[in-house]
Amino acid sequence: MRCRRCHAPAVVEVRRHNAAFCRDCFPSIVTEQVRKAIRRFDMLERDDRVLVAVSGGKDSLALWDVLLELGYDVTGLYLGLGIGGYSDRSHALTAAFARSRGADLRVVDLTEEHGFDIPTAGRRGSRSTCAVCGLSKRYVFNKVALDGGFDVIATGHNLDDEAATLLGNTLRWDTSSIARQSPQLPAKEGMAKKVKPLYRLSELETAAYAFLRDIEYVVEECPLVDGNTQLRYKNAMNAIESTSPGTKAQFFLGYLDRGADLFAREDDADVRTCGSCGQPTTGRYCAFCRAKAQVLGRRLGVQAVALADDREVADALSDEVLPAEIYGGAPA
Amino acid sequence: MKVRLRNPDREVEVAGGRSVRDVLDELDVHPDTVLVIREGELVTRHDRVAEGDEIEVRPVISGGAR
Repeated sequence: MRCRRCHAPAVVEVRRHNAAFCRDCFPSIVTEQVRKAIRRFDMLERDDRVLVAVSGGKDSLALWDVLLELGYDVTGLYLGLGIGGYSDRSHALTAAFARSRGADLRVVDLTEEHGFDIPTAGRRGSRSTCAVCGLSKRYVFNKVALDGGFDVIATGHNLDDEAATLLGNTLRWDTSSIARQSPQLPAKEGMAKKVKPLYRLSELETAAYAFLRDIEYVVEECPLVDGNTQLRYKNAMNAIESTSPGTKAQFFLGYLDRGADLFAREDDADVRTCGSCGQPTTGRYCAFCRAKAQVLGRRLGVQAVALADDREVADALSDEVLPAEIYGGAPA
Repeated sequence: MKVRLRNPDREVEVAGGRSVRDVLDELDVHPDTVLVIREGELVTRHDRVAEGDEIEVRPVISGGAR
């Protein structure tokens, strides 16, 4: 196969475009796709302070690299999840990348900041490990962005991630989640702007980009991911893609072009302030504070006792009978 | 030829002298879900591998919370 651009021997094939590219041309193809994504959804302004969430994996490090190449003011944020050697290796590779590019990296350790790690949360809580992990990431990313005065959070979600999420939301007809599935979510009260500049690129493309750019990333899969629903949806999409190249892109990019407006009215969640941490939520307390209280065996609403009137106190306590207490799952 | 597979890491011996696609077919691996690396370079499913080659088949699909 030959490179579509320069006719040198190709090293990456993009079947959905019936095209292939050489090692010199492919990175610029990725950069162009990111630039196109940023423009299409007004993701970033030239003077924005960007916080990129990095895990040490191919997608987030590739995103960080592309944004640096494009000249944005980008700081990395690594969240230590406490998943043993996997987290140690992920952190080390993230730090090595930051050093190699002379880029700023902030590190937050979940255990130090919030008193629990993800394996513990998965064992003690009522949520799946992946669910509480995602919840913790969203909470910490948003908090660091707001506290640090960043304009926008960028994450490494790629086309495969977005197509699998849309498939899952569609199978459940979860219309509110479908309505919120956009590559750009504007800032709201208490919520930083969020963008996904890799949404036009498949996992194969982000992995190939990372490889060709000599980015050393964590190849091993998270040891806690077994049985993850998202992976099952990805496998299903890949099975279709194998005989019908382009299906994933048609599904997700087609949704953005022709489906998103049809669901917009479903995004009608009534957002208020968490009674514990002050971050936005649709309930009395945000999901992160509820999960944290459950894992640590604490009761939410204690602060409200001193501040609120009797009726509010009664409401707070009656609402917050924690699942851990019901299930007897509170730690000793 | 030797094939290094990842997640979990292991090595298998398969016949060379054919295309990468044929090797991946035998291993029941979809070409769009892996990088194939030979001597530090990416190869496509159309490239041929020789009997004495060593390749790494590196998955690109990741799951879990993002």
